[in-house]
Amino acid sequence: MTASSPANARAASIGNSDSTRQLVLGLLFGVAFGFLLQKGGVAKYHILIGALLLEDFTVMKVMLTAIIVGSVGIFALHALGGVELHLKPTRYASNVVGGLLFGIGFGLLGYCPGTGAAALGQGNWDAIGGVAGLMVGSYLYAEMSGTLDRTINKWGDRGKLTLPDIVGMKRSTFLLIWLPLLTMVLYAMDRFTVR
Amino acid sequence: MTDPLMYSGPAWSPYLVGALIGVLTMLTFYFSNKPLGASTAYARIAGMVGRSIAPKHTDKLPYYEKKTPKVEWGVMLLIGIVAGAFLAAWQGGELTGAWVPPMWTAQFGESADAWRIAAAVVGGVIMAFGARLAGGCTSGHGISGTLQLSVGSWIAVFCFFIGGFVTAHLMFRW
Repeated sequence: MTASSPANARAASIGNSDSTRQLVLGLLFGVAFGFLLQKGGVAKYHILIGALLLEDFTVMKVMLTAIIVGSVGIFALHALGGVELHLKPTRYASNVVGGLLFGIGFGLLGYCPGTGAAALGQGNWDAIGGVAGLMVGSYLYAEMSGTLDRTINKWGDRGKLTLPDIVGMKRSTFLLIWLPLLTMVLYAMDRFTVR
Repeated sequence: MTDPLMYSGPAWSPYLVGALIGVLTMLTFYFSNKPLGASTAYARIAGMVGRSIAPKHTDKLPYYEKKTPKVEWGVMLLIGIVAGAFLAAWQGGELTGAWVPPMWTAQFGESADAWRIAAAVVGGVIMAFGARLAGGCTSGHGISGTLQLSVGSWIAVFCFFIGGFVTAHLMFRW
C-alpha cells in the first residue's frame, strides 16, 4: 500500500479516535456488538465454560461465522480501496505465552473482555469482579512493559505475518481454499454438535 | 456432573449473530478505521485510574506511551457493549441480576459463592496480562485478527482455548 492509495486517503479523513464523531460511532458500534453478544448467548457463563469444556459449540459457531463473513467483507472492501487492513504483529513467544495465560484467566473468570462487559450488562454481577481484575492485570502489564518489550516481545517477532505468506500463496488464491475449508468446519460443527 | 447444555441456550441463532458481527467489523473498518476489540479499553481505563493516583509514574510506562490513557473510540465501544447487552437482555427477558452463575453453584455448592468473585478477580488479572502480552483478546485476535489471516492471531486464539480447556477441565471435570 502506498501512502496515496484511496484507502489511506479515506483512513486519513476519518481523523482521531477521540473526535466527537468517533466517540459516538464507538458507542453505537459497542451497543450493536453488546446486543449481538447477548442475543448470541455468549454473555452466559455456562455457554462460555461449555465452550472451554468443548461441550457447547455456540462460541465457536459465532466466531467462525463472523470470521468467514468478516473475511469476505473486509478483503472485498480492501480490494475496492475502501478500508486499510489492521494486522496485529506475529510474535511467537508472546502469542503463545500470553495466549495460554489468557486461557487460564478465561477458565477462572468464565468471561472474556468483550463478553464480560456483555455479562455485566445482562446483570451477571460476578462480572464486576472480572472487570476490576482486568483493569489490575492491564496495569500490571503496563508496569512490566519495558522489560517485556526488551525480552519476550522480541522473541520470534515476525511482524505482520499472514497465513498466505507462510504457505507462499497469493492472498486471493489462499482465500479461495481457506474460506470453503472454514465453511466445511462450520458445517461439520453444526452437523455433529448438540449446541 | 454439571452439564452446560442443561442451562438456557442463545436467544438467536449463532450463525445469524456471527454473520451480523462479521458485518459489524466491516462497518468499524469502514467508518472508524478500527478493528473490533475489547481488551485495550480496560488498559486505557486502568491507565486513567493510574494517572489520577500516580500521574508521572503512569506516563513513564512504555505501554502507556503507545496507548494513551484517555476516553477514545475503544473505551466508548466497551461502554456500548454493556449498554447493548442490557438492552438485549431486557428486551428478551433475560436479565439475571445474580452474583453467582447457577452452573458455579451446581458444581461447587452454595458455600463456595464467595469463591466465585475471587475466581473472577484473579481470572481477570491473569486474562488481562495475557491479552496484553498476546496482543489482543477473543475479539481483537479471535475475530478481527483471524479474519485478516494473521498468523499471530490464529496462534493466540488456539492458545486461548488450550489454556481455557485445561483450566475448565480442572475446575469442572477433574
